[in-house]
Parts: sequence; C-alpha cells; structure tokens
Amino acid sequence: MSTAAAPAGLLDESRILTIVAKHRHQDGPLIEILHDVQAAFGCVPPGAVPVLARALNLSRAEVHGVVTFYHHFRTRPPGRQVLQICRAESCQAAGGRALERHAQERLGIGFGETTPDGRVTLEAVYCLGLCACSPAATLDGEVHGRVTSQRLDALLGAQAAVKS
Amino acid sequence: MSVTVWIPRDAGALALGAEATAKRLVAEARAAGVDVKLRRNGSRGLYWLEPLVEVECADGRIAYGPVTEGDVPELVTKGLLIGAAHPLRLGKIEEHPWFATQQRLTFARVGRIDPLDLAAYRASGGYAGLARALELGPDAIVNEVLESGLRGRGGAAFPTGIKWQTVLRQPPGQKYITCNADEGDSGTYSDRMLMEGDPFSLIEGMTIAGVAVGATKGYVYLRVEYPHAYKVLNGAIAAAREAGLLGADVLGSGKAFDLEVRLGAGAYICGEETSMLESLEGRRGEIRVRPPLPAEKGLFGAPTIVNNVITLASVPTILANGAATYKDYGQAKSRGTLPLQLAGNIRRGGLVERAFGLTVRELLEDYGGGSMSGRPIRAVQIGGPLGAYLPASQFDTPLEYESLSEIGALLGHGGVVAFDDTVDMLEMARYAMEFCAIESCGKCTPCRIGSVRGAEALAAAGRGEDRDRQLALVEELCDTMLNASLCGLGGMTPFPVQSAMKHFPEDFRARTRGG
Repeated sequence: MSTAAAPAGLLDESRILTIVAKHRHQDGPLIEILHDVQAAFGCVPPGAVPVLARALNLSRAEVHGVVTFYHHFRTRPPGRQVLQICRAESCQAAGGRALERHAQERLGIGFGETTPDGRVTLEAVYCLGLCACSPAATLDGEVHGRVTSQRLDALLGAQAAVKS
Repeated sequence: MSVTVWIPRDAGALALGAEATAKRLVAEARAAGVDVKLRRNGSRGLYWLEPLVEVECADGRIAYGPVTEGDVPELVTKGLLIGAAHPLRLGKIEEHPWFATQQRLTFARVGRIDPLDLAAYRASGGYAGLARALELGPDAIVNEVLESGLRGRGGAAFPTGIKWQTVLRQPPGQKYITCNADEGDSGTYSDRMLMEGDPFSLIEGMTIAGVAVGATKGYVYLRVEYPHAYKVLNGAIAAAREAGLLGADVLGSGKAFDLEVRLGAGAYICGEETSMLESLEGRRGEIRVRPPLPAEKGLFGAPTIVNNVITLASVPTILANGAATYKDYGQAKSRGTLPLQLAGNIRRGGLVERAFGLTVRELLEDYGGGSMSGRPIRAVQIGGPLGAYLPASQFDTPLEYESLSEIGALLGHGGVVAFDDTVDMLEMARYAMEFCAIESCGKCTPCRIGSVRGAEALAAAGRGEDRDRQLALVEELCDTMLNASLCGLGGMTPFPVQSAMKHFPEDFRARTRGG
C-alpha cells in the first residue's frame, strides 16, 4: 500500500489519465480506477473527481457519490502507518472491544482519525475473515490474529522503530 | 539431504505467524545441513494448530502444530525434519480426530495442494467435472445441478439449479456468471479459505456455469479485505488461461469463457446480489428493486447467474461424481455438505465440512472444545450479523436450513460465533442496529432511519433511560424494518435484535450495569 501523497492543489492530472487509460478495456471501470488512484496517491484527492468525471463521461456527482459510498476510499492521505482493527461480532466475542479501547487510548484518536504527528491512522474494519483467531487487526496490510493489547503495543513499537 | 515441508500461506495462518515460522525453519534446517524444499498450501482449517508444519516422510505428511518461530530451533534439533516424536507432533492430519470425522467434498484439496499448482489440481480429479459437463451439454448440466439438491451457500439457500435454469432459458446473447465473494459476515471465512487454498475449483465451477447457460464472461466480486485471495485468484486465472482452460477455446471445446476479478471497496451491502451488480458496474452499491431478477436482467442488463464462492466451488465435484453421490450427503431439503466455520470465543476454531445435520452443541463441544476463556458458552450467533442469537437451550438444533428456520434462526453462510457468559446481549442488540446504520445503502427508509433510531433507543435503554418505552420502540422499529425494507440488510437486522430480547430478557431488565 503506497502512502506517497500528493499535496492538494498539485494534482498530477496526467498520472490520473494514465490510470484511466489502463482500464479502457473494462466495462464499468470506475471502482477499479479509484483503487489505482488511491494506490498512487494514498487517497482519492478531491481534485481527482472532475478529472475522472471528464475522462469517463460521468457527472462529478456520480464520481463523488461512488468515492463517498465506499468505506475503503479516503479523501485525505493516511498517516505513515495504517492500523485496522476488526469491530465485528467474532472479534468482540474474543476481547475485541478492549483492544479497540486500548488502541484509541494509546494513540489518542478515534476510528477514522490520524495522530497529530501523522504517524498512525486508525481504521475500523468489519471482518477480515480471520474469525478463527479473533481478535484480528492489520498493520500496513500485514494480518495479525489473537491480538492482545500487549501484542498491539509491540507491533506499533516495532513498526515505528523500522520506519523512523 | 532434502526434505519437503508444507507451511500454509493462508491469511489465517499468516496472521498467526506462518511466514516467520517458514523463514526460520528454512534457516535452521540449512544450518543443520538439510536443504528444505518449502511448499506453500492453504490451511487445513485447524486454526488453533496454526502455524501448522507438515513434513513429507516415507509414510506420509507428518504434522506439527502450532509451531511458532520460537519453537523452530528446538523442533529441528529434535528431529522434526525426519518426523520424530515431540509434544507438538500431531501425526497425519487425515488421522487427526478433528479432521478424520469430517466429510470434505468442496474442501477436499484445501491445505493438501499448492493452490497454484494446476498439475496437482488436475491430478487430484480437477477438471473432470468440466470435461463431463462439456459432454453433457447445457440442459443435462442444469439437470445435474438441480438433481444434486445444491442450494446457495451464500445465505439465501435458493436452489442453484433453478437459478441456472432461468438463465439458460433466456434468449441467447450476452450472459454473465458472477461470483459473490464479498464474504462480509463476521464469523465466516470459508470463501476466503477456498479461494486461497483451491482457487481452481472456483474457476472450474464458474466455467461449468458458463458452459451450462451460454455465458462467455465471468466476474468474481471480491472484497478488498481479502488481498491474499486476490493474489491467488489472479495467479490461478492466469495459469488456467495459459493452459487453455479459460479463454477462446476452453478445453478444446470451441466454447469461450474468461474471468475477471473485481475488488469491492469495503461495503457490507455489496454482498446483497443486486447491490453487488451495481458495484460491479462501477456505481454506488445501492440495491435494485426486484423484479426483474438478476437471472433475467442482471449485470449490464444481461441475464446473470449470481452464486456464492462455495456454491460454485461445489459444482465440479457434483459434475465429476454425479448428482446422486452429492445428494447422498445431508438430509431432507438440506443436501450435500456444508463447510461450517467456528469463530469467536472458541478453543478450537476452524473449518468443519460435514453433511448437514450436525447439532450446534456437537459443533461447539466436540469440535470447538468449548470457549477459549474456559467460561460457559452463553450464546451463539449463526449466519453473520443478520443471524439470530441462540441461547444454550437451543444448542441441540441441527445445523440445517429448515430446523434453524423453525426456531426463527438462519444458517446463512455457516459461520458460528460463540460468546461466553460475559457477553452483554443488550449491547450486542445495539451493535446489530449500529452495524446496519453504518452499512445501510440508504435507499429505503426503514433500514436507513430505523437502524439509527434502533441503536439510539437501545443505547438509551442500556443507560436505563425510560427503558420500557425505548424497548417498545425497538420492537416497533423491528416490525417496520422486517416488513418494509427493500433487502435483507434492513429486513434481517431485527433477527439478532429480537432474538437477543427474547432469549436473554434478563439483559434488558433494570440492573446495575458492570461495564
């Protein structure tokens, strides 16, 4: 997952058009394109919406509507690390609520927020399919099962050491 | 000396450290002068034993588990690479009681073979189903599926053959096969395991569907939360294309069929079939009003089969071995096998594929071994976030469609989530409403507004504010959502809420709430 973010206003339009061109052969390609845009920019920057609308012959409202419908698409770049914690029933049954609270307290942020230093974005996720080893989480796309508060601290600590 | 060792690359095994175990094992073996040929497989489904390491010995694959990275040096010293005795040695998985009592048809290969090894897939009976399908032709294929009694394993349990028949009877022209791989129900992971562990069975099943109804194009709609499955599926599709099993001339039959994987973007509602079709077309996943059925007017307006992963992956074995063989498993109107998934607060979580008829208690106790916490299991939720909560008094119910329906519950996709006696059922009811509010597509009012008000009322009841009035309001909202929602999200969210209120009334009465 790329976290290279383009600052707003400096949108590289040609990069978006290259992505669009790559999907020309597909029917109904908007979501596929949005995935690639997010991979390239770390998010779907608001400035990309009119570019995509023009290129795909859609209204801006249609593109905006799709971007905002799906939880996966962000309109702002995430922190340097992305921590996803599963909030679904299986994880709740195995101590997930305590893990959610611990993550929020440790990072000082709620779900959908990024720490003020830009280090970690905390996201809620509803099932990772790792329900036989609940509670589950992902950190920068790496999956982790049976996550305790201590384990989470270790993961965040270890990752921070690697990245800084 | 060279030894072949199997360590899963299944996401569940990776989440428990399989990658670190694999790396360490190769390194430690090399230090001991042994060349390890590391093979990667799917998971056998015994997740409490993951990471599971299997060593190829003279008399078969000897398993050890759970093997953490830290266990590796000692195990290698003590003779893991020759299958020597050790407290973590499990013997052959096929002889392990948890596995030996299962009836694996759909999951026959999962965990046994390298998921991308097409030769191994074919050597173990793969593509025999498609070969027979090509001999039979459309009507006979559909008949075979009808005869097998296969019902949609995604949750709705609609007879698969009837769906196929409807699409077959539409006038010739563009038709589509779509696979719903948006496995969003908490407690379910069989689709993920199958796609990561035996993707060719899904590809073959979809190809058979294409041949049956005259569709030349298929889509797998895969949730974005499954990046490992995405990689494996795309690898398998490329290999199948290369081998002439997908493309312009499938198995030299002159028939064309090809596949594309499309990623969802984190929307539970897209597991609803019409919402999934909207999403496949690149739009907001708002549901469509039926009729017309997708079988008549589905993807891009063309007749479309929408089937779940397990449904489609069960088709090759049905075609290869005949409908009668498959139908011999199961009972009454629940035929064949069902991959059950044990989840939540459970000691031995994992995948149990058996003929329909196992009771909830047998699953929880004989396979699950009770709760992980060691406390009594107080409730189970079956079939995901829209499934009912069952109290212990209902644990003797057989896990099949009709028996569960009789007690107001549903089997859904076969996920069973166990909760111990620390669970607060009012909070679970509130969460069910909250989840519906988060995931509602917003198209119909009962779901969009009812869920928000339901969550508010249950939260207030939990705080003891005007409790009776709040709970009466919840009942009323449930009635409206149940009867007036456009799809299953709003229409079924009342199941967990009402079953919690009915079976666990003590959690909804005045009390001192502990937190």
